[in-house]
Amino acid sequence: MKIKFFLLIVYVLTSTSTYSSEKQIKILDVYKNLRCLVCQGQSIADSNSDFAATIKLVVQDQLNEGKTEAEIYKFLTSKYGEWIIYQPTFNKNNFLLWALPYAVLIFGGFIIFLIVRKTKNNKVN
Amino acid sequence: MKISISKIIIFSIVIFFLFVFWRGLKINNNYDTKSLIGNRISNFQLSKIDNSNQYISEEDLKKNTYTLINFFASWCSPCRTEHKYLLNLSNEKKQIKIIGINFKDKKNNALSFLKELGNPYDFVGEDSDGKISILFGIYGIPESILVDSDLTVIKKIVGPIDQIQYNKILKLTQ
Repeated sequence: MKIKFFLLIVYVLTSTSTYSSEKQIKILDVYKNLRCLVCQGQSIADSNSDFAATIKLVVQDQLNEGKTEAEIYKFLTSKYGEWIIYQPTFNKNNFLLWALPYAVLIFGGFIIFLIVRKTKNNKVN
Repeated sequence: MKISISKIIIFSIVIFFLFVFWRGLKINNNYDTKSLIGNRISNFQLSKIDNSNQYISEEDLKKNTYTLINFFASWCSPCRTEHKYLLNLSNEKKQIKIIGINFKDKKNNALSFLKELGNPYDFVGEDSDGKISILFGIYGIPESILVDSDLTVIKKIVGPIDQIQYNKILKLTQ
């Protein structure tokens, strides 16, 4: 009986701490993806500014209300524009930003293919 | 003269990157939220600063032709410089209702500030922890938002109201 009681206490304690640490990691992830608008190159996680402190409060409130990360970003974007999020969403305005690296990769591969083929042909001739 | 395709491609890429860098130098890196003009404000409730249990919400603002929402604090020096323009607006433009939101301030200091400089506000609300400021997209004070009866933002003033901004408000609300 004593052992069962002891195990129950251990389970409750560990499950609570795991839950809270998971929550902390999630909060930190959100902070890291938010830009401090009044700082030079700092995220909300890095900054101790007044603005960052307020944003942290709002994010905590919204997570406690059960809102998802996407919902929090959507809310903050509607208030401050997409600049507040480090990882921009895909839309027609930043299409090039997302597509260009892939286009350059394919194009670069094609150029390398042409060069290799040309070198091989030269060797054969 | 024979020009190879690869040389044309490399030249085009260099020109493209030079153009991107040149455009990058021309862009203003100081971000502000003026681009959010046209958005609508919603879902807020503001309690009156004097503990009278009075509240104001978006439904109250819809009754006004124009509402100027001004974030201020007694510790904010630029708020003092813009205060005379708010008083002028309050006296001259009766179709503009001015809502003051006291930002991260002590209640007594805010009331002393208004007693000393005059009260241009039709309603003074409090935002002691700053959370309400986020609903309005504020990131520093003073900041003012001019909305119409649809609660659509028609002007955002980041920083203190000066003579130029004052004239623009008058023009927009004619």
